[in-house]
Amino acid sequence: MKALQFERNVPRFAAARVASSLAGSGRGVRVGPLELVELDPFALPGPGWVRLRPRLAGICGSDLATLDGRSSRYFEHIVSFPFVPGHEVVGDVEGGLLDGRRAVIEPVLGCEARGIEPLCAACAAGRKGACERIAFGHLRPGLQTGYCRDTSGGWSTELVAHQSQLHEVPDEMSDEAAVMVEPAACAVHAAFAAEITGGERVVVLGAGTLGLCVIAALRRLCLPGALVAVAKHPNQRDLARDLGADQAVKPGEHKRAARRLSGSLALESNDGGIERLTGGVDLVMDCVGSADSLQQSFDVVRPGGRIVLVGMPGLVRVDLAPLWQREVELRGAYAYGCEDRPEGPRSTFDLAFELVREARLERLVSARYALENYEDAVAHAAAAGRRGAVKIVFDLRKGAGKDAPGGEGVKVAQMAATTKEAK
Amino acid sequence: MSPRPGFVLEVDRSTPPTLMWHGEGFRLEKLPVGTRVVYGPEALPALSDPDEVIRHALEHPLGDSQPLRTLLFPGMRLTIAFDDISLPLPPMRAPDARQRVIEAVLDLAAAAGVDDVVLIAALALHRRMTDPELRHALGDRVFEAFAPNGLLFQHDAEDPSNLVHLGLTDQAEDVEINRRAAESDLLVYVNINLVAMDGGHKSVATGLASYKSLKHHHNVRTLLQSRSLMDERHSELRNSNWRMGRLIAAAGLKVFQIETTLNTNTFPSQLGFLQKREWEWSLRDRASFLAASSALDRTPGGLSRKIFHSVQAPHDLTSVQAGEVEAVHSSTLANLHRQQLVSVSGQTDVLTMGLPYICPYNVNSTMNPILVACLGLGYFFNLYRNKPLVREGGVLIMSHPTPWEFNPVHHPSYIDFFEQVLAETTDLFEIEAKYEESFATDPWYVHLYRTSYAYHGVHPLYMWYWCAHAMQHLGRVIVVGGDRAAVRRLGFSPASTLNDALELAEDTVGRDPTITHLHVPPLLLAEVT
Repeated sequence: MKALQFERNVPRFAAARVASSLAGSGRGVRVGPLELVELDPFALPGPGWVRLRPRLAGICGSDLATLDGRSSRYFEHIVSFPFVPGHEVVGDVEGGLLDGRRAVIEPVLGCEARGIEPLCAACAAGRKGACERIAFGHLRPGLQTGYCRDTSGGWSTELVAHQSQLHEVPDEMSDEAAVMVEPAACAVHAAFAAEITGGERVVVLGAGTLGLCVIAALRRLCLPGALVAVAKHPNQRDLARDLGADQAVKPGEHKRAARRLSGSLALESNDGGIERLTGGVDLVMDCVGSADSLQQSFDVVRPGGRIVLVGMPGLVRVDLAPLWQREVELRGAYAYGCEDRPEGPRSTFDLAFELVREARLERLVSARYALENYEDAVAHAAAAGRRGAVKIVFDLRKGAGKDAPGGEGVKVAQMAATTKEAK
Repeated sequence: MSPRPGFVLEVDRSTPPTLMWHGEGFRLEKLPVGTRVVYGPEALPALSDPDEVIRHALEHPLGDSQPLRTLLFPGMRLTIAFDDISLPLPPMRAPDARQRVIEAVLDLAAAAGVDDVVLIAALALHRRMTDPELRHALGDRVFEAFAPNGLLFQHDAEDPSNLVHLGLTDQAEDVEINRRAAESDLLVYVNINLVAMDGGHKSVATGLASYKSLKHHHNVRTLLQSRSLMDERHSELRNSNWRMGRLIAAAGLKVFQIETTLNTNTFPSQLGFLQKREWEWSLRDRASFLAASSALDRTPGGLSRKIFHSVQAPHDLTSVQAGEVEAVHSSTLANLHRQQLVSVSGQTDVLTMGLPYICPYNVNSTMNPILVACLGLGYFFNLYRNKPLVREGGVLIMSHPTPWEFNPVHHPSYIDFFEQVLAETTDLFEIEAKYEESFATDPWYVHLYRTSYAYHGVHPLYMWYWCAHAMQHLGRVIVVGGDRAAVRRLGFSPASTLNDALELAEDTVGRDPTITHLHVPPLLLAEVT
């Protein structure tokens, strides 16, 4: 089988970090520890495991952070090397109850997949994202498929998955829609983590795949009042509005937009601009996870408001004085599992399937690449916003071009970029 | 020799290039053969003894008013309101017309033993004036006599305790004005009538009003029905203000209106070429133009702005009239027309104009993109009587750098309007319905308007409404040499050069269009037949 494999190689890891720091995200892949390799098929780890042949596999922000050498050392003990990245996957199942069917992976490797009994409290409650045993059981450590040595990942022609991880894809759903289910599930979980009761004024920071999915989830599953998206690039702002943002502004405009939205007063800077708000919005969804985005969150959240950290952070330096003085709540939103709904617990993935359909999230898939062109694919993903794209995926289907990045998605991305330049 | 009247030149092969303003600079443009260039009349001569003319006007009022001297008595409450920083443009060389008139009024008040006198800058929803600006408008003597004693106020349209509701007009328009002014025994209003829209009942009914009152005429419907704003016969803005003014009079407030007109001596001698016809430029004028142009090319933007905003106009008074509001204004308009009116025969497919660095709302400030739109479409487009210079469906070409730049102290809500509202829509009615109330009542804007030097929160929307008639009338607006993103945000088309703009215009009006160039400033008013 063919796979992109990420090895524990400290010098190359450091080289990737330096390259990405100097040349920008995505540039570290040429010198980093990711390589296209031929591997023997993975052994099935135990009962209930099946093979999956990926059709499409997405490149996620957390993947890019890993390739750039920027991911937190926090993860060191909950991943196992070498691993094959790729946790946004739709593929064909071989074996088990879904044999011959298409499925998407719910990638968290919780107690059930690890053969651990009894299940930890979180897994027992269906909250797989909070599993306490992700380094134990009959698998080596790995918080998700795509970070575990024993399972392979989506950036390959074959991986192994536990049946409890698989969600069947309805016949009428395209592969492009299906590959968006995992990021949509993250967004669904984040939207419910925000605990919106109705009418809250919300700012969503970042409008990459995750930010856009969060906007779609908030608008369709919760009842926010006004929703402002903060997005760097024109196509992101257009999509944000289309998916449900009342307003989409550039990053430098976030304080003014939040002030207008909340009717807050503001403390002025020396040049007459806004230093920070005295009030602010009820809720900030930080879909970036950087020091800057956290600072921006504190800039605009009201006293007693809530910041939900949706984007994957690393080691950041942030002034927490406003968190203390304004009694702001900061909480994380990771992965998925099940959500408490008025009608009873619902699988996050089930809700995500519905969200993808309703919001037509397949349109976020902008370009497809053959595995062999992984350097271009990663570079494209790292510059997606700037290049008028959103989600970049590997296309592993039979007949997908080996040398050229495949088909229609690329054209869409190129058209978007051209349109932007023409503007 | 009497000043020459306005003039319409038809460009031929021998016509020298035409000067076009371009923000804080100017360009010489070779206009296509056949283009009409509209020049205003030459500056009228100054009054030989303006102070004597003022005293005469106060003693011989128009309409049914008594001489001011007889309206003043000991123990009375006298309020003197005056036009704010938005007039005249550029700010005039000292002594300002307001200073001359107010000193004369105060002399009479002192002689009559009046000791309860306050001055109020009639800001409406404009920014507060700084002390140096007030001192310049009023002169040292008046400023020192009133400001330190707390007797010099700036109208606060957001101070409910200092507003009084006088009633509704027959069109159900709220009339709510400054309480001190309304409860005075006499309100003297001191005006500078720079354009035909100024003065009359607008002085009090707008200058001293609240948002609740202003919104009855500062709205899209009214401005679409003001054709033009400068034509008193066809302006719904004027009609609304007149209804309000008459209600103010009926409510018992005695207003003694003093209006002044200025000549078009707009620029000091070193920039004298700016108000001459190009073929009459002397060697010195050409040298001045070249020196000024090359100096401006080498000067950083911030510095050239400072230089231009330090320019003081050598305006001279050409008339003073006082007394009953309507009679006064009628005489004022006749004097203003004497200075500004130019006959123009027929409309044109394309109207071109160069926009200067200043408009009523950026004195000592930044000409932001919304103000560029307002100056071009709201003011200069409306410099006509009878019918617009450009035909319906025609094209307006304006030259201005249109920087994406704002003064955050003066124009905080402009920034939000431009970045947030115009990014969503440029539709006048949608903006009015969806955004006006929130901008008008935003507590931060209110705070900055009242305590800092900010235009009211709703002001950028009003500037946008000011463009309503032009927007409805024109087929396209093109901005030459502007920041392309800012121009597009306004809903206009950018062009690099005038020739490019004329080519673009042909897409809208067809090949070989007729072109008219409006050569302002100095200001003129086209009577289009």
